[in-house]
Amino acid sequence: MIRVERRLRRPRWLTVAVPVGSLALAFVTSAVVLVATGHAPLHTYRRLIDAGFLANGALSSSLTSATPLCFTGLGAAAAFRMQLFNIGGEGQLYFGAIGAAAAALLFAGQSTPVEIVVMCLAGAAAGAAWAAIPGLLRAFLHTNEIITSLMLNYVAALILNYLIFDSLSYWRDTSTAEAKVFPQGKTLPDAATWPTSTLHLGTAIVVPLGILLAAVLAAGLWTLYSRTRFGLEVQVIGDSPRAARYAGMRTRRKIVAVMCLSGAIAGLGGASQDGDFRHLLDPRGLSQAAYGYGGIVVAALARYNPFAVVLVAFLLGGLQNAGYALQGADFPSGLVGVMQGMILFCALGGELLVRYRIRFGRTARPVVTTA
Amino acid sequence: MNNSIVVVVLASAVLYGTPLLYAALGELLAERSGVLNLGVEGMMLVGAVLGFWAVQRIGASTPLVLAGAIGVAALAGAAMALIHAFLVITLRANQIVSGLALTLFAGGAGLSSYLGNDLSLGDAPARHVFRDVNAFGLQKLPVAGPIVFGQSLLVYASWLSVIAVALYLSRTRPGLNVRAVGESPAAADAMGINVTAYRYAHTMVGGAFAGVGGATFSLSITPQWVDNLTSGAGWIAIALVIFAFWRPALCLVGAYFFGAFAALPFTLQARGVTVAPELFQSLPYVMTIVVLVLVSSRGARLRLGAPAALGTPYVREER
Repeated sequence: MIRVERRLRRPRWLTVAVPVGSLALAFVTSAVVLVATGHAPLHTYRRLIDAGFLANGALSSSLTSATPLCFTGLGAAAAFRMQLFNIGGEGQLYFGAIGAAAAALLFAGQSTPVEIVVMCLAGAAAGAAWAAIPGLLRAFLHTNEIITSLMLNYVAALILNYLIFDSLSYWRDTSTAEAKVFPQGKTLPDAATWPTSTLHLGTAIVVPLGILLAAVLAAGLWTLYSRTRFGLEVQVIGDSPRAARYAGMRTRRKIVAVMCLSGAIAGLGGASQDGDFRHLLDPRGLSQAAYGYGGIVVAALARYNPFAVVLVAFLLGGLQNAGYALQGADFPSGLVGVMQGMILFCALGGELLVRYRIRFGRTARPVVTTA
Repeated sequence: MNNSIVVVVLASAVLYGTPLLYAALGELLAERSGVLNLGVEGMMLVGAVLGFWAVQRIGASTPLVLAGAIGVAALAGAAMALIHAFLVITLRANQIVSGLALTLFAGGAGLSSYLGNDLSLGDAPARHVFRDVNAFGLQKLPVAGPIVFGQSLLVYASWLSVIAVALYLSRTRPGLNVRAVGESPAAADAMGINVTAYRYAHTMVGGAFAGVGGATFSLSITPQWVDNLTSGAGWIAIALVIFAFWRPALCLVGAYFFGAFAALPFTLQARGVTVAPELFQSLPYVMTIVVLVLVSSRGARLRLGAPAALGTPYVREER
């Protein structure tokens, strides 16, 4: 007979051991899928790790995939901490990209630092505005934010498509005859290209500005949530809304503020997409990898810890990048999604071990005290 | 007359609404037992790809193959739902994150794509498809012909499913028990109802329905396999359950309503009217938000039928 009982104390080592164990278990269960479909798991994993982290230039590409995941992961973590399930990171990232692209085009002719600042501000504002919709609805009308933020992802994607493919909007390139037939976004001014730095660790690793920004943001978020009154109130509201209300905390304001914060971070991810990588408003590129949903995986795996988010985003970004690099006839597509899902399943299951202890045996053993 | 735009749109609303209807009925059963499953999209896609695989690889007469394919799709959907059920019922994981994980695992960039690729299903049209029944030439009837009689067996089966689910929930002992489990698992447990078993069963039946809904795409609407074939229908189905206030009959109405929005751009385009398709495509989502806002006060939610224990795990010792 197996008994599951709540832990009174959570040992520290478990919070590290469980994610690591989940990761290992996910690799084992994914191996079952691979074997069942006639692939050699070890060989596949070796190729995956090689393409994601070891091959020439792999780390640079992995950082490229990790950057948006960092932002959406931090955004999700910021909201989930308060039990506010903002799963609209995807749409907020799109809006950030729309806002930042508009700012970059409007401020054409300015210097790069000015462009970076206005793009970040516009991206964060647009993301926050899009997130404010479910936030306000939740705060004032008690509407479930899960479904509304989710629905708004689809609306945002459709708006994004509309701006480029089905209208002659400000963002669309209409300068040439070719651009009219094959719709695409206006190329942003050169000054709106964010600088990169290069690390020389054996091989040259290109570090986009976005991931540095995300790292700074992670530190900021950690400080906000563990060292300020705002952060304390957020945690109290998340853990016990009733206690928070009795203590006189302004729950509604916090809901809107946290939702906007979460959306602003995801929106910054959109700005980084424009500035670091795409240099135009690119609906296909923004939506192909489902960064918003990936960010939720990252946040859940990191157990909402901002620093862990950056680390996990790097690992999952590497996995995603390896999936792209290897895509082809001899490598099963979709494997990376399967593995990401498996990792999340295992992490979710592992959460049980953090919160509960499992005892074997029919009855609880009597406590023996020795003098 | 049967070419008038209203009739054409209504006929295609039924066509496009059918997968939504199946998936929504399934989600409704799961939610009525208190389990929110956001993995509908993933379950639909796995049902679609394995149903399609069955059609391509089973060698038998068309009716047998199609019946087998639906069975395979239902089993596949149920198997996916089992993962979610195990995580949220036995391991008490967060239902939202687990459902999202299921969509990620099984969805357009996950298992369904993997299977479609690995079984190389992408390069051929379906060998058997559900055709319009057109019994006794009734399809020629004005108005009702194309809408009611020009449909495939899957559509008629979905009508039977609506009736069955509605009767099950309102007229049978197990159906009433499910509702008790979804409203107040502690009270149901005290009555001697096995909460865990009920939740498992209904989550898995819900998955089976979603699988059939997915197969409706690959065996009837667009009889082929491409990655991400359902393109977001699973999310609309989740919205639909709320839109229908957790009532099977309203699911039918809502499904055809949303189906009409999916079909309208094509119909208009065929007649030379160009409207931005995004406008119609976004309407189901926007309307769901509006409905959600309207029903979101707790009193209204409960009066209109939201299961009170939706989304919460049940642990006997921790009441």
